[in-house]
Amino acid sequence: MIQALVFLPLIGALIAGFIAILGAHGRNPSGDEMDHAHDDHGHGDASAHAHAAHGHDDHGHDDHDDHHHVAEPAALGSRAAELITAGLLVVSAVLSWMTFVDVAFMHHDARIVLLNWINSGDLQLSWTLRVDTLTAVMLVVVTTVSSLVHIYSLGYMEDDPNRPRFMAYLSLFTFMMLMLVTADNLLQLFFGWEGVGLASYLLIGFWFKKPSANAAAIKAFVVNRVGDFGFLLGIFALFMLVGSTDLDTIFASAPGLTGKTINFFGWHADALTLTCLLLFVGAMGKSAQFLLHTWLPDAMEGPTPVSALIHAATMVTAGVFMVARMSPLFELAPNAQAVVMLVGATTAFFAATIGLVQNDIKRIVAYSTCSQLGYMFVALGTGAYSVAMFHLFTHAFFKALLFLGSGSVIYAMHHEQDIRKMGGLWNKIPFTYAMMTIGTLALTGFPFTAGYFSKDAIIEAAYASHTQFAFYGFLMTVVAALLTSFYSWRLVFKTFHGEPHDKKHYDAAHEAPLWMLVPLAVLGIGSFAAGFPFKELFAGHHVGEFFRESLKMNPHIIEEMHHIPGWVPYVPTVMMVLGFLISYLFYVRKPYLPVELANQHPLLYKFLLNKWYFDELYEIIFVRPAKWIGHFLWKKGDGMIIDGLGPDGISARVLNITRGVVKLQTGYLYHYAFAMLIGVAGLITWFIFGLGGQ
Amino acid sequence: MTITTAGYSLLPVLPELMLAVGAMVLLMIGAFNGPKVTGLVTTLAVCLLVVVGAAEIMLPAGKHVTFGGSFIVDDYARFLKVLAIIASAVTLILSREFLADQSRRIFEYAILVLLSTLGMMVLISAGDLIMLYLGLELMSLALYVVAASNRDNAKSTEAGLKYFVLGALSSGMLLYGASMIYGFTGTVSFAGIAAEAKTGNIGLVFGLVFLLAGLCFKVSAVPFHMWTPDVYEGAPTPVTAFFASAPKVAALAVFTRVTLTAFPGIVVQWQQVVVFVSLASMVLGSFAAIGQTNIKRLMAYSSIGHMGFALVGLAAGTQEGAQGVLVYIAIYVAMTLGTFAIILTMKRNGQPVETIKDFAGLSRTNPIIAFFFAMFLFSLAGVPPLAGFFGKFYVFMAAIKSGLFVLAVVGVLASVVGAFYYLSIVKLMYFDEPVGKLDPMRVELRTVLAVAGLFNVLFFVYPAPLVSAAAFAAKSLF
Repeated sequence: MIQALVFLPLIGALIAGFIAILGAHGRNPSGDEMDHAHDDHGHGDASAHAHAAHGHDDHGHDDHDDHHHVAEPAALGSRAAELITAGLLVVSAVLSWMTFVDVAFMHHDARIVLLNWINSGDLQLSWTLRVDTLTAVMLVVVTTVSSLVHIYSLGYMEDDPNRPRFMAYLSLFTFMMLMLVTADNLLQLFFGWEGVGLASYLLIGFWFKKPSANAAAIKAFVVNRVGDFGFLLGIFALFMLVGSTDLDTIFASAPGLTGKTINFFGWHADALTLTCLLLFVGAMGKSAQFLLHTWLPDAMEGPTPVSALIHAATMVTAGVFMVARMSPLFELAPNAQAVVMLVGATTAFFAATIGLVQNDIKRIVAYSTCSQLGYMFVALGTGAYSVAMFHLFTHAFFKALLFLGSGSVIYAMHHEQDIRKMGGLWNKIPFTYAMMTIGTLALTGFPFTAGYFSKDAIIEAAYASHTQFAFYGFLMTVVAALLTSFYSWRLVFKTFHGEPHDKKHYDAAHEAPLWMLVPLAVLGIGSFAAGFPFKELFAGHHVGEFFRESLKMNPHIIEEMHHIPGWVPYVPTVMMVLGFLISYLFYVRKPYLPVELANQHPLLYKFLLNKWYFDELYEIIFVRPAKWIGHFLWKKGDGMIIDGLGPDGISARVLNITRGVVKLQTGYLYHYAFAMLIGVAGLITWFIFGLGGQ
Repeated sequence: MTITTAGYSLLPVLPELMLAVGAMVLLMIGAFNGPKVTGLVTTLAVCLLVVVGAAEIMLPAGKHVTFGGSFIVDDYARFLKVLAIIASAVTLILSREFLADQSRRIFEYAILVLLSTLGMMVLISAGDLIMLYLGLELMSLALYVVAASNRDNAKSTEAGLKYFVLGALSSGMLLYGASMIYGFTGTVSFAGIAAEAKTGNIGLVFGLVFLLAGLCFKVSAVPFHMWTPDVYEGAPTPVTAFFASAPKVAALAVFTRVTLTAFPGIVVQWQQVVVFVSLASMVLGSFAAIGQTNIKRLMAYSSIGHMGFALVGLAAGTQEGAQGVLVYIAIYVAMTLGTFAIILTMKRNGQPVETIKDFAGLSRTNPIIAFFFAMFLFSLAGVPPLAGFFGKFYVFMAAIKSGLFVLAVVGVLASVVGAFYYLSIVKLMYFDEPVGKLDPMRVELRTVLAVAGLFNVLFFVYPAPLVSAAAFAAKSLF
């Protein structure tokens, strides 16, 4: 069963990929792509020009896939590829839920050895599927959201000629994500980790003829490399300390590592703290935490179903999953936990502030994702790993809902993404409106929605925690709750209420096909159902029994969460209401207010609008020096020194010597005789002066 | 069979006697019949060489010494004599076309080659300084004449004259050195010198240097190489092929025999000389060849470089080194004769062409020749798995085992530089536009090309016969 659920997506990906290749060949049997490429370049250029016309103010993603409507025939078998991949994913999702019940409630943890992988000296690895409650939760999240996204894509991508390729990538991603969550050793985890990174890269750059999509794909890949480097170092450090990358071995020997040090560039660091921090760097990259967050908003260049699946529900939570998976280590490294809390809280607040002023519908949701991931890390920092997993679980539903809802809006608006050009859509697309409202309620933590339970649990855990940055975490998450409520409602009000700002698009707006609405409905139900029924399992008294060995919790945190002052649980709700009211005032009652406010505080507004200037900062700190170094090494290092002294220089000298030697050959007999005599004289002299030894 | 004269056994010199008598007979045939029997004389000369070679092989095994130690026949001599005879015979085959021309029907050519070969055989078997000089002069005098055999051509006569004058100078040096060695050791026999020369007496070293200078001239090692490019270019092409092969074998043979058997007591001294000329030859051969536009001049520098590589093995001064020299010279002869077979086909409308540019686009006009030529060039450059690589491999291995790291490293670097001009011809053949079709290849040239080419390409499949024969030969020197 488990093998089937893990490998079905791979089979789907292979079939769809095969169809994609055949399709590409069928459309262009000669392999001569000149004409096609030329046509499409024309389009790419047009859209690039449109971008330039809009300026670099992040609002101009309106026309990003106009060229889909070019009459390029879809590959033969596109529909088959879609149905196969989606069908297999649905099967996989059903199996996941069965596995979930089997593992989480029947306690049938599983270790399935698939094959021996590496046997090299001390490094003994096998390919093993590890299924415990933590994995089972992830399996459910991944396959459920993925199957819904697959179905949604049937409608969303219907105009795209490259649908089989898209479906192949989506299924490949799902397979890699399943590899990641079922990993039994760190290298296997890393394989999945890189695999999802690859799939993410491919999907962000799916519309590869668009320069901005390519740039975003590369950015995501490069920023993730930074995190992966830390992750790899962490794996190496663990292998050095324990001599194995096997999770059980590591956890078993973890208590013995306390107090050990590692020599890290001459600094005797505490081994566990350092290792945990290195692993956390990996998590930061994958989960777009503060400082390594810059790729996530840009990743919105990918098709919207991708954003829902990868950049909201699953891949970005891989960091959270990994820290939870390594909880036996983090529990022994309080300093590392404090850092996790610090970074998480900062991200939660920081991303929410940027979300306040963004105008691209997907970017707002993206920053919201970033912020919610921050919440999860706050929970991890308190040692309440199950609470983090709870929020991960609920967030997957309502954030996927919000993204797919946004996709539905974008679809209705003919790929318009700027919320300033929307407005009044609620009567045009009422179902989408209803679903977006449910998603927003859940995100802002409206009582009895899924988000309400999980988010409150995090804030309570932060309050109850005793780590260094606990109060900071509490404060930031509370403020972020206010901001979340504000920007979420702002999105809803500007999109669905008020006057339509783009009459043409407004008139043409229509509800999406059924393929897209069904997943919305399912996720809408999930946004309620994922909360209350699971509250006790994730954040109540059944945590120990539910997760058993798969998580090593802070032993006191759950208990302490239930003995906090009575006012604390009400704080997030109050914040949520407050945010809603302000938003209502700003965008429904008195729409001139935000404009005035922006005019009064231009610096703050610009600061937020430009995302705290992180991209510009990185441009100055990293990109330009890197380019300068590259240019320097190219021109000076390679061109001047290596080519100059190396190949070019040597060949030039060789020619010089050749010229000299050839000149010696004068053709005169007496010169030749002279050379012979000189030779003899030289040798004789050498021996006369005893240089040759006796 | 016991044939003796004045108390000395004549059995060891039987092949030489056959060759001498045969040459006289052929001379008579030519003298009484005139130029019209040139073809016949040449064919008979080849047959004679085959018979002599067979006789050499069939001599009773083991070491034979005669004329009071002046003449030695051992495995070493047999190996090199057979090699020299093969080289001479093949050169005569290659010369047939040259001699077929009405204006150049000189039957003496074949006889001169035979006499020169006789000189080589004496040289290879020399057991004392007198026999060494005798053989050297017999070989050289014939060579001076064949160099100028194209009498109507100014370049050819210039080549002959230059070679003669410088050869005389080098002979003088050699004799001077020999006389000094005799003066300081009181003997001319190699064995006797070896017994006397235990210390690096400066007078003896003087003699050694002059003797080696004379031998260096014959192998055209730097700085005694200056004649080589001019003579190679000026002499008729079949003669150049001869110069580049058989005399090199003999000269290198006697060089090796003298240094290893007559001066084992002062290895340190002669090693320095050999290391110097070897280094200088490798480097100069590689660098100077780059500047050449004439393929024969290029081959001259190539052969200078190759002699440098062969001397690397001698510089090691060990049995392994000697084995390396023998393997190297055998492979060198095969590569050189094959290459000259191609150069000899370079005719357009009956006129020989000699510049490198004439090879442009050969791969398209004549892909088989281009392929073999490319293989020879790769082999000359020392690219594995061709034969030339193994030649270099053995000598460099010997040098490294004797601790001559600088020599080995410089040698490898020089071969890198050398690779440039070999490969530039390959590039010319395969990537440039053809300049016109060459005349078809004659059948004997094709045969030589095929044999040499297959030896070159397939040597690595079964190298044992040559390598073990060289090992036996080298062993007999120690």
